[in-house]
Amino acid sequence: MIFWELFFTFFTIGAFTFGGGYAMLPLIRQAVAARGWLTAEELLDFIAVSESTPGPFAVNIATYVGVRTAGLAGALCATLGVVLPSFLVILLVARAVDRFRKSRWVEGCLSGLRPAVVGLIASALAASAATVFFPAGLSAVRWDDPALWLSAGILAVSLLLIFRIKLHPIAVLCLCAALGVAGGYALHL
Amino acid sequence: MPHCSAKLAGELFFTFFRIGAFTFGGGYAMIPLIQREAAERRGWIGEAELLDVVAVAESTPGPIAVNAATYVGWRVGGFAGALLATLGVILPSFFIILFLSAALGRFAAVRAVRYAFLGVKAGVLALILRAAVRLYRQCPKDALSCVLMGASFALCALLDVPVIAVLIGCALCGCAAAWAAGRRQK
Repeated sequence: MIFWELFFTFFTIGAFTFGGGYAMLPLIRQAVAARGWLTAEELLDFIAVSESTPGPFAVNIATYVGVRTAGLAGALCATLGVVLPSFLVILLVARAVDRFRKSRWVEGCLSGLRPAVVGLIASALAASAATVFFPAGLSAVRWDDPALWLSAGILAVSLLLIFRIKLHPIAVLCLCAALGVAGGYALHL
Repeated sequence: MPHCSAKLAGELFFTFFRIGAFTFGGGYAMIPLIQREAAERRGWIGEAELLDVVAVAESTPGPIAVNAATYVGWRVGGFAGALLATLGVILPSFFIILFLSAALGRFAAVRAVRYAFLGVKAGVLALILRAAVRLYRQCPKDALSCVLMGASFALCALLDVPVIAVLIGCALCGCAAAWAAGRRQK
């Protein structure tokens, strides 16, 4: 049943995300793509939407996938699923914060999870870059496609804005949208 | 366990509702807001406890914002407090996205919107890179960490191994290393 599947999928995502925010991206990519709930492109579009609306990314994406797949009830199931592991784990941990923080096993697990999350995000980044630049797959790359070069130019500008000028992400995304519109009409994409 | 009066319940709910409604980017962006609203304005938690909140929220699974809300809610108002704070922090997202999802589908066919998203997708790549760089800086760079980092990248990017399997494997490696370090000390 779709409601159970939504709940369970997002429950798993909530239970296995460490570090919050985009640390969730590799898991979401795999889970959502495997079930055909969102395409890789739609996921990237939604990251932009989520960055520009308030609230945690996890809750935003769960609600969005839920409502698109199975309406209001679907949104409820997915959102409840993604939040419930947090809620239960915190209730357990809050009773013994000091024991939890000083536990050698917790520290051990985290010392393995921290580098894993970095590697996994990097792999999600590579896959996302492939989605943006080579939407038809690596075997069908068309180097004369103006859309590819427009994307590359906008990426270069946004890297500069984020890492050098340290512009706010929402401002960067607005600028990217404007550049996309201007470039799209100019190049007749 | 602390008792949660009706007044406190309302305050918890609306404070976290406001935090949920005004934090863009989620996660760490929420910590300063929690500090201002829950620590300075309401006096629910002290500065030192705030560090506890951040540490616990980071080291437990799930979104940082939800973890922090549940934890502060529990500290202040027990189970009912945890429930209300958590509901408060997620409801703004929930309603905004419900509302937007209808609009998103409707405008997807418009040419200008398609172009805008073409540009935005490239910007999102830069944002993901920023998140990756931040996490990389926070991560220790000892030999085991570097191996796990490279291995999880390769397993996921090249072999398409399930992310959860990679996470469990790396957590076990970390535990094994902690166990070995503990034995060496003895």
